[in-house]
Amino acid sequence: MPRFFRNLRLILILLLGVQSIVVAQSQKTIRMMSFDDFEPMLYRETDSLYVVNFWATWCAPCVREIPAFEKLNEMYAHRKVKVLLVSLDFPNQLESRVIPFVQDMKVQSEVILLDERNPNRWIPLVDEAWTGAIPATVIYGTEFRGFYQREFHFEELEEIIQPLIN
Amino acid sequence: MKRVSIFLSIVFLALAAFSQGYKVGDVATDFRLLNVDGNYVSMADYPDAKGFIVIFSCNHCPFVVAYEDRMIDLHNEFAPKGFPIIAINPNDPEVQPQDSYELMQVRAKEKGFPFAYVFDDGQKIYPQYGATHTPHVYLLERVGTDLKVAYIGGIDDSPRDASQVSERYLANAINALLEGKRPEPDVTRAIGCTIKVKAN
Repeated sequence: MPRFFRNLRLILILLLGVQSIVVAQSQKTIRMMSFDDFEPMLYRETDSLYVVNFWATWCAPCVREIPAFEKLNEMYAHRKVKVLLVSLDFPNQLESRVIPFVQDMKVQSEVILLDERNPNRWIPLVDEAWTGAIPATVIYGTEFRGFYQREFHFEELEEIIQPLIN
Repeated sequence: MKRVSIFLSIVFLALAAFSQGYKVGDVATDFRLLNVDGNYVSMADYPDAKGFIVIFSCNHCPFVVAYEDRMIDLHNEFAPKGFPIIAINPNDPEVQPQDSYELMQVRAKEKGFPFAYVFDDGQKIYPQYGATHTPHVYLLERVGTDLKVAYIGGIDDSPRDASQVSERYLANAINALLEGKRPEPDVTRAIGCTIKVKAN
């Protein structure tokens, strides 16, 4: 019987070890960020056009439009369009929901998880017009800035970015 | 042609004004909506109320779920002081099946909601208020025969974790009204689930 427990303990230790390796790998791809760390990503001054989309795995319209952002990221990468998907999922669901979702959807755009306690502090810093409903998207470049509290189809995103990259 | 464009711009202006909904100080409309107990509820049914905590709410949204217990506590704290909660589900159940009237009844029973939980059937009320997501709070105060909007926004500064709350925006706003003061802040923001409507 003691041997059984010893073996069990060994198995548990092994399992935990494997799990922590997986976590380490996945956190390399989805960073948890405070708003202060994230904020500069809303104001990068390069020659790229940035499309920053706020979403969550539990938000049906957000999930519906993710393929449109993915397509944009892929098709316009050579025109210097960069998509950033900012997850507002609960931080304790990074492992259980966000990572599996991103893996299942084979998301190629950059994904981060915003870990902030008080939305009343940071929502107006993203845009004064944002009431807090998601999906919401900021599109910006050096000479353009737009905020959209709405759901997008691919063609609608194209319509906005086309004149900005030509 | 010019006349058409003027007409169109008026239509757009009207739409823009409409979609913005209420601001603090505006008079809020009453409603007559079906409660989970099978009766219709209007604010006129509460002649003794000093005001109302109108919360656009639903069943499915994780941010609503995170707030359900705090909503119960708020009602128990402030209904006796004249500010009951009326929760309104503005979602179209054909778009979000979890937010059907029947499932509202189930959720209200599970949680033992002490407040009215009514259904904005036909989605006529939420656009007048200008609600965009759930949970979205409109605190109303009675001024003469009117109900005026005194505060709009979130419930507190820690939606995800009740144990981390340091500022109770809504409770502070009600307490200000009870002391004859103006809420400060009178508008806050919170993340929530978009109100579900059929695509055009």
